[in-house]
Amino acid sequence: MSTANAAVHAAHPGHLDTSTGLDSRKMAFWTFIGSECLLFGSLIATYLANKGKSTVGPYPHEMVVDGKHVEGILNIPLTSFSTFILLMSSVAMVLALNYTQRGIRSKATLWLFLTAFGGSIFLGCQVYEFTHFWHEGLTLQTNLFGSTFYLLTGFHGAHVTVGVIYLLTLTTLSARGRIGPEKALNVEIAGLYWHFVDVIWIVIFPLVYLIK
Amino acid sequence: MTSETREIIHDQHAHPTNRFYIVIGGILILLTVLEILGYVGETRGVFSQGTAALVIGVLSAAKFFAVVAYYMHLKFDSRIFTGIFLFPAMLGTLVIVGLYMAQQILPRWGASLGF
Repeated sequence: MSTANAAVHAAHPGHLDTSTGLDSRKMAFWTFIGSECLLFGSLIATYLANKGKSTVGPYPHEMVVDGKHVEGILNIPLTSFSTFILLMSSVAMVLALNYTQRGIRSKATLWLFLTAFGGSIFLGCQVYEFTHFWHEGLTLQTNLFGSTFYLLTGFHGAHVTVGVIYLLTLTTLSARGRIGPEKALNVEIAGLYWHFVDVIWIVIFPLVYLIK
Repeated sequence: MTSETREIIHDQHAHPTNRFYIVIGGILILLTVLEILGYVGETRGVFSQGTAALVIGVLSAAKFFAVVAYYMHLKFDSRIFTGIFLFPAMLGTLVIVGLYMAQQILPRWGASLGF
């Protein structure tokens, strides 16, 4: 297979000799993403079902308890910043894929690294947030908000951590010249994972942080 | 021009450009800013809680579909992938709506009706 053909197959594996005519790895990965939708669906449902049912503080948003005004614990400016970083890392990811498909190795490596770097900043913000909450007295056992909040955002953070490791591995491979246009599907699948993690945050951010 | 060459040229043109991806990124940022403004508006009493929730929900849905369609390439890829993703995504949404209704909405309705 020529390089040009290989690049085309990597970018659009719609002409492969499989039962569906589609690349099996991509099919399997979309199926995995589908199952992840159900996982996060159940976690989000658990959070929403128990929203506002905590009998003791700390509470997510400011509210009046027994005639007293209580401040919310969520840090909206910090989370807005980390959301911005995660969205930007998604932009970096599509650019990395585009450069990989075009065989521009140096730029592909750079954008892959920037994607992982963005994910690391997001994780740093989450670690800071969790540590702050812990010092404020919000643990997994404190109240329903603590249990469901840590469960939902913690699972998402674990996915981001896996994504960062995945991307750093690809960055190293790309820097060593082991990911060319013929292997662009590897980057595309990593991109699918990363964008999915972003999409989940797009749902979590308003539901947990913005909507009271 | 052979059919193979035409295919390669077609596929090369089928790829969105970097500029396109950056524009989508800009739209995502804009929508996020609007979401945060919705939150601020609700906090300062400009919007009611329900209006803010609706606005933020619609903006969030727009961001969701933009990322899935353009960054995850579902708009350009096989419809099979769309089906594989959307079916469980809708199932997950049903679980969220169902549990939220059962735990949050129905008890309130029941209480207001005196049950």
